[in-house]
Amino acid sequence: MDSQPIIEARNLDKFFGKFHALKDVSISVRQGERVVVCGPSGSGKSTLIRCFNALESHSSGTLVVDGIEVFEGSKDVRKLRQEVGMVFQQFNLFPHLTVLENLMIGPMKVRKVSRDQAERTARTYLDRVHIPEQAEKYPAQLSGGQQQRVAIARSLCMETRIMLFDEPTSALDPEMINEVLDVMVELAETGMTMVVVTHEMGFARKVADTMVFMEEGRIVEVAPPDQFFTAPASDRCRMFLAQILEH
Amino acid sequence: MRSFIDRMRWPDYLIVAMLIAFFGYVWFTIEGTLNYKWRWELIPGYIIGYHTGREAYFANILLQGLAATIRISIYASILALVLGTILGVARCSQNLTIRMLARTYLELLRNIPPVVVVFIFFFFLSQQLIDALDLARWSRNIARQEDIWLWELFFGDMRRFPSIISGVIVLALFESAFVGEIVRAGIQSIPKGQREAARSIGMSRLQELRYIVLPQAMKRVVPPLANQFISLIKDSSIISLISVQELTYKTVELVASSRMIFEAWITTAAFYFVVCFGLSRLFSRLERRREGQA
Ligand SMILES: Nc1ncnc2c1ncn2[C@@H]1O[C@H](COP(=O)(O)OP(=O)(O)OP(=O)(O)O)[C@@H](O)[C@H]1O
Ligand SMILES: [Mg+2]
Repeated sequence: MDSQPIIEARNLDKFFGKFHALKDVSISVRQGERVVVCGPSGSGKSTLIRCFNALESHSSGTLVVDGIEVFEGSKDVRKLRQEVGMVFQQFNLFPHLTVLENLMIGPMKVRKVSRDQAERTARTYLDRVHIPEQAEKYPAQLSGGQQQRVAIARSLCMETRIMLFDEPTSALDPEMINEVLDVMVELAETGMTMVVVTHEMGFARKVADTMVFMEEGRIVEVAPPDQFFTAPASDRCRMFLAQILEH
Repeated sequence: MRSFIDRMRWPDYLIVAMLIAFFGYVWFTIEGTLNYKWRWELIPGYIIGYHTGREAYFANILLQGLAATIRISIYASILALVLGTILGVARCSQNLTIRMLARTYLELLRNIPPVVVVFIFFFFLSQQLIDALDLARWSRNIARQEDIWLWELFFGDMRRFPSIISGVIVLALFESAFVGEIVRAGIQSIPKGQREAARSIGMSRLQELRYIVLPQAMKRVVPPLANQFISLIKDSSIISLISVQELTYKTVELVASSRMIFEAWITTAAFYFVVCFGLSRLFSRLERRREGQA
C-alpha cells in the first residue's frame, strides 16, 4: 500500500462560538486507506470529516488534503471539493432532478464534461450501485436504501480520490442497511480512500484498515481493527464498544 | 345555496336583519336626504360605447381603464418578479454590503406610506428615465404611423405610452420589495443539506443558487407570488395619483364629468372585485390540482 498521506491534520481545533467541538485533533490518512470513525453522539465525528472537505472551517491547526492546504477563505476550496466526495446521513439528493440528472449535474456544471459523456459516466456508476433501472425516476420515488446508493453514485461520478461518509446508514430501515453497506464494501475493494463515520461494526471489521474512536472532541484511540475490537486501550472505548455491540 | 339557508340559525337571521337595516338606512339617506338620482342605465354606455357616426361599438372610458389596469399589472408583475428575485437573492448574499442594501430598500418601503413612495419613485426615477430615453418623442412618432394595432394591443393609446411606462416602473419598484421577501423566504426554506450537497460536489455559490436552490425555491413561492399578483392589481389603483390612465383614474374622470358618483364607483369596485376574486379562485384551483399531482 502507498504510504503517502492524502489527509494530514495536525492539532486541529474547532470552536462553534464558545463551544469547543474539536480539541487538538491530529490524524493522517494514507492513500487507499479505509478509516472508520466511531464514538458517542456529539463527540465531533461529523465536525471532523466536514472539515476535510471544508464544509466546516477549523479554528486552528493545519489541514492538508490531497496536497491542498485547507483554511478559511482559501481560493482552492472548490478544487479540493472536486477531489473529496461526501455522502450524508440524510442523502441530500436534489429532489427537483431525476436520478440521472442528479448524477450528471456535477460533472457537467463543475467539470464541464459533455452531456453524452456525463450520461455515460452516470449510467456506469448507477450499474455499480445496482440500480440502473431507476435512472429516470425522481428521488422521492425511491426507497431510502436506493436513495443512499444514488447519493454514493453521485459522489462517484465526480471521480474523486477520497470519499467521506457521515453515518450513511443511520437514517435507513434495517432491511436496507445491507444493500448500502454492500456497495460500500465493493467500493473499498476498488482501492478508494474512505473515511467513514459509522456504528456498523460488522462493516468496520470487514473493510477498515484503521479504527478511530472519538469522545468529547478528542481522538481517544487509533488502532487497527483486530486490536481495536479485542483489546481497546482505553476504558471509555471498551464501554462504548460493549454498548453498541450488545445489539 | 339551499343547504346554506338550511343551516341558518336565529343569530344568523338577526345579523342578516341588522345588515339589511343598515344598508336600507344608507340607501334611504342617499335617496331621501341627498336627493340623489340614480342613473344606472347610463353605465353600460361608459363601458362599451356606440359611435353613431361610425355605426360601431368601441371600448369606452371604464373598459379602457380596465384594459390599462390589466396591462400595467401584467408588465409590472413581470418586472417586479425580476427585481424581486434579485432582491431576494441579495438578502441571502454572503456579502454584508449587498445584504444591507437590500434590507435598507425593504425597510424604506415598509416604513414610508405608499402614496409618498409612489411620488418619490415617479419624480426621482421613472420621470428621469423617460426623459433620458426620450420615450415621449419616440412614442409620439409611433402614434403617428398608420398600422399600429399591435402596439395598441399591448400598450393602449400610444400617446400615453410614457405615462404607462412610468406607471409600470413605479408599481414594479413598489411591489419588488414584497416579491423580494417572498423569494427570500423561499430560498431560506430550502434545507441546508441541499446547499451542502451542492457544495460538496464542487459547485460555486452561484451554481449552487442557480441549479439547486432557486429551482426548488421558485416552485415553493408560486402560491404566495400568485397572491402578491392579486395584491398588485389592487395596489395599481395608487398610480392614478401620477395620472396614469388606469381604471381608478378613469373613474375619477367619469365622476367629474357625469356626476354619477355612486354608480361609477360601484361599477369600478365590481370590476376590481371580479378580476381579483376570479383570479384568486383560479389560483386556488390550480394549486389544488398541482398538489393532487405531487
Ligand atoms: N453548526 C453548529 N453550531 C453549534 N454547535 C454545533 C454545530 N455543529 C455541531 N455542533 C456541536 O458540536 C458537537 C459535535 O457535533 P458533531 O455533529 O460533530 O457530533 P457527532 O459526533 O457527529 O454526533 P452524532 O453522532 O450525533 O452525529 C455537538 O455537541 C454539536 O452540538
Ligand atoms: Mg454526526
